[in-house]
Amino acid sequence: MEVIATRPQSFTQTPFTYCPGCLHGVAHRLIAEAVDEFGLINKMTGVAPVGCSVFAYKFFNFDMAQAAHGRAPAVATGMKRARPDMHVFTYQGDGDLAAIGTAEIIHAANRGEHISVFFVNNAIYGMTGGQMAPTTLPEMKTTTSPYGRKTDDIGFPIRVCELLSSLVAPYYIERVSLLSPADIIKAKKAVNKAIQYNKEGRGFTFVEFISTCPTNWGIDPIKSREWAKENMLPFFKPGCFRDKGEGVES
Amino acid sequence: MSKVLMKGNEAVAKAAINAGCRLYFAYPITPQSELIEYMAKMMPTVKGTFLQAESEVAAINMVYGAAGCGKRVMTSSSSPGISLKMEGISYIAGAELPAVIVNVQRGGPGLGDIQPAQADYFQATKGGGHGDYHCIVLAPSSVQEFADMASDAFDLADKYRNPVMILADGMLGQMMEPVEFKAPKTDAEIEELGHQHEDWCICPNQDGDAKHHHEINSLEIDPLVLEKHVNDLYKKYDVIIANEVRYETHKVKDDNEILVVAFGTASRVVRSAVDELNAEGHSIGLIRPITVWPFPYAEIAKAIGPKVKKVYVFELNTGQMLEDVKLAVNGKVPVDFWGKVGGIVFTPAEIKAKLEACF
Repeated sequence: MEVIATRPQSFTQTPFTYCPGCLHGVAHRLIAEAVDEFGLINKMTGVAPVGCSVFAYKFFNFDMAQAAHGRAPAVATGMKRARPDMHVFTYQGDGDLAAIGTAEIIHAANRGEHISVFFVNNAIYGMTGGQMAPTTLPEMKTTTSPYGRKTDDIGFPIRVCELLSSLVAPYYIERVSLLSPADIIKAKKAVNKAIQYNKEGRGFTFVEFISTCPTNWGIDPIKSREWAKENMLPFFKPGCFRDKGEGVES
Repeated sequence: MSKVLMKGNEAVAKAAINAGCRLYFAYPITPQSELIEYMAKMMPTVKGTFLQAESEVAAINMVYGAAGCGKRVMTSSSSPGISLKMEGISYIAGAELPAVIVNVQRGGPGLGDIQPAQADYFQATKGGGHGDYHCIVLAPSSVQEFADMASDAFDLADKYRNPVMILADGMLGQMMEPVEFKAPKTDAEIEELGHQHEDWCICPNQDGDAKHHHEINSLEIDPLVLEKHVNDLYKKYDVIIANEVRYETHKVKDDNEILVVAFGTASRVVRSAVDELNAEGHSIGLIRPITVWPFPYAEIAKAIGPKVKKVYVFELNTGQMLEDVKLAVNGKVPVDFWGKVGGIVFTPAEIKAKLEACF
């Protein structure tokens, strides 16, 4: 019988720790497939954040580091500078990257650090139980914005791709969604491009995934995707913000 | 090699490069600026990495990443910046990574001032960051010793896979003294050092081994696994305590009437006063801890001669090492303390007056 789908080599046998309906598994798989496809498994390394994906270092079948909250881009910088012959990525959530780790992501991007950053935006803190994130939408209720996010009090969600696009050095910045099979195919292309540019040593590459959190949103997985399409995509518009390989400058 | 006149900040940087350090990440702060500036100038000449980070927090996490790759890496800062690094140092200790951190101490708390102080003793020796862990802490008292400690620190870090802090101060950082350097490591030696940790560190999977999976990590979510991990750390610390205590004695004799304990810059001033009083016919011994963690408890206890009526501790703080000295003395004789704060260094005359008052 012909095998048409199998577990990527770039995954260990460790079972995921994610909730049913969570899209981290999809994002992980896209990265693992890209590493396989570009033949990088023996020279790849990544950094797991603090958040739901804190155990990502167990899931990828190559050397991995686990970083303090928000510090993954700094850790990845140290790794890339120490092992320039290796390919380094970080995998971070919105609390990790866009709140506590704001300085680290901006400066890693600004240096044009030769790493790939995969950023999962689901508008909430998942692991700690559904608190407000820097990407939480206006009026969205979370455990620390129980009356809804009030923009006159706590401001608006941060659009990270747009923010990083103001910098000169980043080579590739794209926002994709994981909300439908068609979107996932587009996301796969973006991940592959980031890994390809990483392999070629082009510079800093960044892919944001619009994702969901059925558990903490309190919405079932299918409806979560519909909710995100209706509410997140108008604010976090998918698109390519920077692709120096294709001459795209924002 | 002949001696060169250098500031401590530059001497330790040069010695670190000689010891094979090719990765340095830091953020500017007074009074360690000459260190980061020396690295900025010299690292490119040895094909090393110098990176001025966006913060001390980022710098120590870059150190975590590079140390996780098994390479000799260093950062430096001064007191307020070292406070910022404490989170990362805790992770480095937890993940058992070799790294060297230089603290050119200044006065605190808070922003304090930029003058020499020894007020980070507790932070350096008792943890500083969260959790059960220790750094190995070396306290130099001269520019020569500051420089010599660089290679010692890297060797200890590699040997025990543990963070090592060199606890200097603004005096040692800024002062110029003649220094003799050890021969720099050759490229071949540095290449070899860079491979020494490849059984556990992040490195290319050269053989394409399907089982190759190294994790740099301090997270153990299973309490029983974390319990074992912390207990294992402490077994390692016991080995360090048994093998790595360093100290210097000066005029410690059986007829000592007073035993003085001081470290770092303070010990230099105290030594002058002790020498003067000995020349005047008194018998005063001085013991200087060189490792302040592990601390020379037994060695201090042993240095208390039969005629010693008092142990006197002098520090540039309000009495931090004093607590360790009291543990060492264990009530055998009274322990007295005098210190200066605010970044003010006491004079030999002041120390002499304090000691004379004991007779």
